Amino acid sequence: MSPLDTISTSRRAFLTGAGALMIGVTLPMKTRAQGAASDVASHAYNAFVRVGTDNLVTVIVKHIEFGQGPWTGLATLVADEMDAAWGQIRAEHAPADNDRYTNKVSGGMQITGGSTAMADSFLLMRKAGAAAKSMLVSAAADAWGVPAGEISVERGIISHAGSGQSATFGTFAEAAATLDVPQEPSLKTPDQFIYIGKGVPKLDTASKSNGAAIFTLDVYKDDMLTAVVEHASVFGATVASFDDTMAREVSGVADVKQLSSGVAVFGANTFAALKGRKLLDVSWEMSAAETRTSDEIMAERVTAVQSRGAVAGEAGNVDVALSEAVTTLEAEYTFPYLVHAPMEPLDAVIARREDGGIDAWLGSQAPGFDQQAVAAVTGVELEKVHIHTMLAGGSFGRRAQPMSQFAAEAAEVFMAAGGERPVKLMWTREDDVRGGFYRPVTAHKMRGGLDADGNIVAWDHVMAGQSFLYNTPFESMMIQNGVDAGLVEGGSAIPYAVPNFNASCHILNCPVTTLWWRSVGHTHTGYTVETFIDELLAKGGKDVVEGRLALMGEHQRLAATLRRVAEMADWGRSLPEGHALGVASVESFRSYVSEIAEVSIEDGMPRVHKVWCAVDCGIAVNPEIIKAQMEGGIGYGLGAVLFNELQLGSGGEVVQSNFHDYRSLRISEMPEVETSIIASQEAPTGVGEPGTPPIGPAVANAVRQLTGEPVRHLPMIKSLKA
Amino acid sequence: MKVTLNVNNQDRAVDVDPDTPLLWVLRDELRLTGTKFGCGIAQCGACTVHVNGRPRRACVTPIASLEGAAVTTVEGLEGETAQAVQDAWAEFDTPQCGYCQSGQVMTAAALLSVNPAPTDKEIDESFAGNICRCATYVRIRKAVKAAGKKLEG
Ligand code: FES
Ligand code: FES
Repeated sequence: MSPLDTISTSRRAFLTGAGALMIGVTLPMKTRAQGAASDVASHAYNAFVRVGTDNLVTVIVKHIEFGQGPWTGLATLVADEMDAAWGQIRAEHAPADNDRYTNKVSGGMQITGGSTAMADSFLLMRKAGAAAKSMLVSAAADAWGVPAGEISVERGIISHAGSGQSATFGTFAEAAATLDVPQEPSLKTPDQFIYIGKGVPKLDTASKSNGAAIFTLDVYKDDMLTAVVEHASVFGATVASFDDTMAREVSGVADVKQLSSGVAVFGANTFAALKGRKLLDVSWEMSAAETRTSDEIMAERVTAVQSRGAVAGEAGNVDVALSEAVTTLEAEYTFPYLVHAPMEPLDAVIARREDGGIDAWLGSQAPGFDQQAVAAVTGVELEKVHIHTMLAGGSFGRRAQPMSQFAAEAAEVFMAAGGERPVKLMWTREDDVRGGFYRPVTAHKMRGGLDADGNIVAWDHVMAGQSFLYNTPFESMMIQNGVDAGLVEGGSAIPYAVPNFNASCHILNCPVTTLWWRSVGHTHTGYTVETFIDELLAKGGKDVVEGRLALMGEHQRLAATLRRVAEMADWGRSLPEGHALGVASVESFRSYVSEIAEVSIEDGMPRVHKVWCAVDCGIAVNPEIIKAQMEGGIGYGLGAVLFNELQLGSGGEVVQSNFHDYRSLRISEMPEVETSIIASQEAPTGVGEPGTPPIGPAVANAVRQLTGEPVRHLPMIKSLKA
Repeated sequence: MKVTLNVNNQDRAVDVDPDTPLLWVLRDELRLTGTKFGCGIAQCGACTVHVNGRPRRACVTPIASLEGAAVTTVEGLEGETAQAVQDAWAEFDTPQCGYCQSGQVMTAAALLSVNPAPTDKEIDESFAGNICRCATYVRIRKAVKAAGKKLEG
């Protein structure tokens, strides 16, 4: 068994047994709160809240903060139930613990993904806050000799009106921590919320505007080496041999070592490692390599979608309906490999502890998995591997690897350097762009049929793509009967009532590593479904907003966002010459988003002037964070549909390498965005991903009106400028 | 090679490979970690600092070219313009992941110090080299304008 097999087996165990709610556990830890004076004790009330004698409340957040706002969002829940003052609230990441810090929405282990942080934590964090408040109140009641029921708490001040006494949380921080933790503390009703739904300033804004925020790259240890790894530029290639003579001559290069993933160069500083790596001469063993070009890989998928695959969704009889339809429409779509390209490339620091254990600092999206990987590679017991989850410079899915390949590489690098000296593993942008784990290429074939009145009577959707969950712990959960839920989501069921429906898929695997990319399957199914419905409705002589609404029978939350966004954009108004509006509505990750884009054509490419967005994500815990996520999701998706394609060229060599040829959206290309949030009392759902899927099809639908041609092959720069 | 330069109003002497980019001197030698690495080829702006008052990409600026230069990093940014920028960044809660934001703040401060009332086009031009993968651009634009207004009084 390889280390990764071991990991895989133990991970399956996590996914089958869900962890218990650990709110009732009083932890014997007295650690220092972030930002607290150095000698101040901070007392754990439960797994999620500590209160310091300095009056700071530290909220322990089990979801990684890389821009989507869980630190502020989850701290808001605690602060509200505690009736704390917002200024006394701090946040920090939880340690790795798949039981205590499990994500029940995402398979029962500690993972951030699928826009689940708020859905998973809404009740849990409120209970944690309510329990802490009740303990503080009890401690005050004991000290003052008054009934707890007569004590009130407001903005961090505990007071008893009858006796005129009042105190801060800090006064009772220590006493309260010794009390029993109430298991079912009473929670507020929504009309009592003081922060939820109102919005509070983000906890991490100041430190992210003055350079103080510490990311993994900013971790330095005494005597630390910095390592960079030369990887193959063809997937599946391995090191045959290498010549490091020149590399070793670089002053500051400490060592060169072969790893399972490539060749590591160790430097006393970053520049020495980078300079040494450039001088390496590596020969690659190519027998297991994927030498096809990305065009050839795509062609295989296009061939596959010519016939139906494993059925993912079905109603009526689509073949009969298509043969009887008065009008039919057929369309083929292709979607390229995409790189996540988070602003901070992957990095990690690994160090030996005095007790022989391991400290690992990294932007870990699945700390429990990464802990196992580091333990397996270093041979250290799991309990002695300490994962310190760091703020990370973006992820968009990249930092959630079901098999922890990056954490494993960091551990291997550390061991290769002797297993004693601290080592920072740094990927450069080139490593990131060329390093795989891409959004997979997919091909889609659509066939639709209309009756004599232009009503849609048939919808046949065939998809082909790679499954990145094969041979991972997620396989049994996500892949059933030849259908990968992460590939077909958004396509296997659509929000439109069509009597005869079929959706099917072909899974075609290859050695190019792929991964979930912000909104996963919806990145291509949202585009396909929303451009195809638009074309069918137009062909049937319907208004594309009214036509969608008429078919959204059971999908009224989505319909409400569409109605709202149509009002905001004043759908149907006359537009400046050369401008058009395009619309799209997508439900993803249990949130509902509709967007309208105002577009013109400049130099053959779409220019997006403005985007209107309406979102229903249940109770809007922090409206400004929701709006910012819609803006970010729109910008991220727009850059990809306009410009992005990671290509494999001749011999399977990755073509692109950095931001000069893998282009990012820039400020001049960012549209104005106006977002409206639908008021709701439903449980909150996520916002990190759902803003992304509608933007591509909304722009494409506008382009079709302007040019008369549908855009079915991405990126747009390739189909429109070719 | 020994180089003496002024960083955030302090004279600093370093002894490094003359090809070393300023970025790695700031980070590895001086432990000023606010300046970030995002691309290494002057494409992303995450490493933006001020050299003699003007924005510069530290990742492509060899230390050998900086003898006697005055470098300001995000840690050393101060004064009225800096305050206005950071206040405006807070007003709009501009950062998401935050990793690009040191560079954005440095670019904003450099722009506003010479032009407190930039047009949209001037903002586009000044920030053309600053990528934000989180696409916080809408808020960057608003914050730059708000900071400018405040500076103009
Ligand atoms: S790191 Fe210098 S511009 Fe990207
Ligand atoms: S805030 Fe994340 S890259 Fe700009």
